[in-house]
This record gives sequence, structure tokens and C-alpha cells, in this order.
Amino acid sequence: MVVLSAGVVLAGVATVSLRNLFHAALSLGLVLVGTAGLFLTLEAEFLAWTQLLIYVGAVLTLIVFAIMLTSGMGQGTLASASAHRARSAAVVALFWLVTVGGFSQISWPAASTTSPYTVPVLGQELLTTYLLPFEVISVVLLAAMVGAIVIGLAHVKGRATDPAGLPAAPGAAQAGAPRSGAD
Amino acid sequence: MAPLSAYLVLSTTLFCLGVYGVLTRRNAVAILLAIELILNAANINLVAFGRLGPAPAAGAQIFALFIIALAACEAVVGLAIILAIYRTAKTVLADQVHLLKG
Repeated sequence: MVVLSAGVVLAGVATVSLRNLFHAALSLGLVLVGTAGLFLTLEAEFLAWTQLLIYVGAVLTLIVFAIMLTSGMGQGTLASASAHRARSAAVVALFWLVTVGGFSQISWPAASTTSPYTVPVLGQELLTTYLLPFEVISVVLLAAMVGAIVIGLAHVKGRATDPAGLPAAPGAAQAGAPRSGAD
Repeated sequence: MAPLSAYLVLSTTLFCLGVYGVLTRRNAVAILLAIELILNAANINLVAFGRLGPAPAAGAQIFALFIIALAACEAVVGLAIILAIYRTAKTVLADQVHLLKG
């Protein structure tokens, strides 16, 4: 736990301070893998594997793709960060001190020794008690997917500036049809 | 198993690192990386309280699952927007995108 936490914090520092964006993304990968390990120490096995699959497998790959598409792997060096770095660090450090000082004064009751929340229990809860949030999150996922495709497609069709939702005038529709077909 | 306060200190540290990154980074993708740090800190907090807290509940892990799904949505939509901005403004630096400036 101590080694894991130190690794996670070090990788987190690297994520927000490394100048090469690609290296920062790789450090974020270390943070995500370390978090999966922390979930294992908390006996949340299903969550740990989900974290590895979705975060490390999918989200990190997406981020690396975005880095390659925008700044390129080699010249991913960041422009100099803004001038108010010291002030941000001071505010964040103050927040950390207040928060940690606050909850270090609380004495938490002892935890139970065994975790009753195995994967079958989680699945049961997900499809009974938490059925409505489960359905809503699938709709949200679908909406995000469609939204990302629409944002990505706007350029391909050459219609980035067209108000796609508005009904076009008849003349404009006839003028626009061959162009979008040609594209 | 480590005490609850150890996990709380760790998640607070991660959260503060994420906020620092959001405040100081200029590249939009780097800001997204910092936001992922913040979401991870929230997840660690939830799972730690769900296992070691005064009232353990399966809802903690399920809520963390929902946060992972929402983080995936956020990454997808955020990166699509960044790519669209990059095509329009030819930059991903958050302080150089001023399309709405008259």
C-alpha cells in the first residue's frame, strides 16, 4: 500500500509537470494502473479490472490518439505554462493542508473485517436497486458516442459551418445537394 | 489493510495535483489528463469509504463504476471537441482559442 501510494503520487506529479505531453499521458497510465492496485487492496476486484480495461485500455488509447493527431509524438513539448503557476501551487497547497488537517482530527470507527460485496452481489444490486441509474448511464454513453461522431463528421462532409439543424431554403437545398454528394 | 485516513490523504493529494494541472496547463489535452486525475481521486475516496467507512455499502463501488463510465464519455466528447477546435483554430492551447472574441 505504501509503495503503491508513493508510486501513484509520483506518477501524478509527473502527469501535471512533465513538459512532453506524450510522457505526461504515459504517467497518467501509471496513475491509473496504481489506482487499480489500490482498488485491489480495498477488495474491490471487479472495479480494479474494470479500471484496467476501460481507463488503461480505452481512455488512455484515446488520449494518445488525440496527442498524435494534434501535436504529434515527437514535438509534443508543451508551450510554457501560464505565469500564475506559483499562485496556483499556493492555493492548492492551502486546500490540501486544510482538508488533511480537517479529517485528521476525526477518529473513524473500525471497519468490518470482511467485505460482503462480491461480484454476484454487485451485479444483483446493479440490476435491482440501481436499475434506473444503470439504464440512464447507457443512454448517456449512447448520446456521447453519437455526439462524438457528429462532431467528428462535421468536417468530413464539408458542412462545419452549415446550421445543420435548420431547414434550408429550396434553392439552397438544390445548390447544396450536389456538393455534399461530391464530398 | 491500511487505515481509512491513509486513503483519504492519498486521494486528497491526487485531487490537489489534478486541480494544479487544470490551473496551470495550457494544452487542452493536458487539462483533460488532469481532470482524469481528479476523477480517479474521487473514485479512490468512494471505494475507501465503501469498504472502510462507518457504513459500508455496495453503492460505493457501483457509484465508482458510474464515474468510470462518465469519465469515458467525458474523454470521448472532450477529445472530439479538442480535435474540432484544432481543425478550426489550428491550436490546442486553451488561451489561444478566442473564436468568440469580437
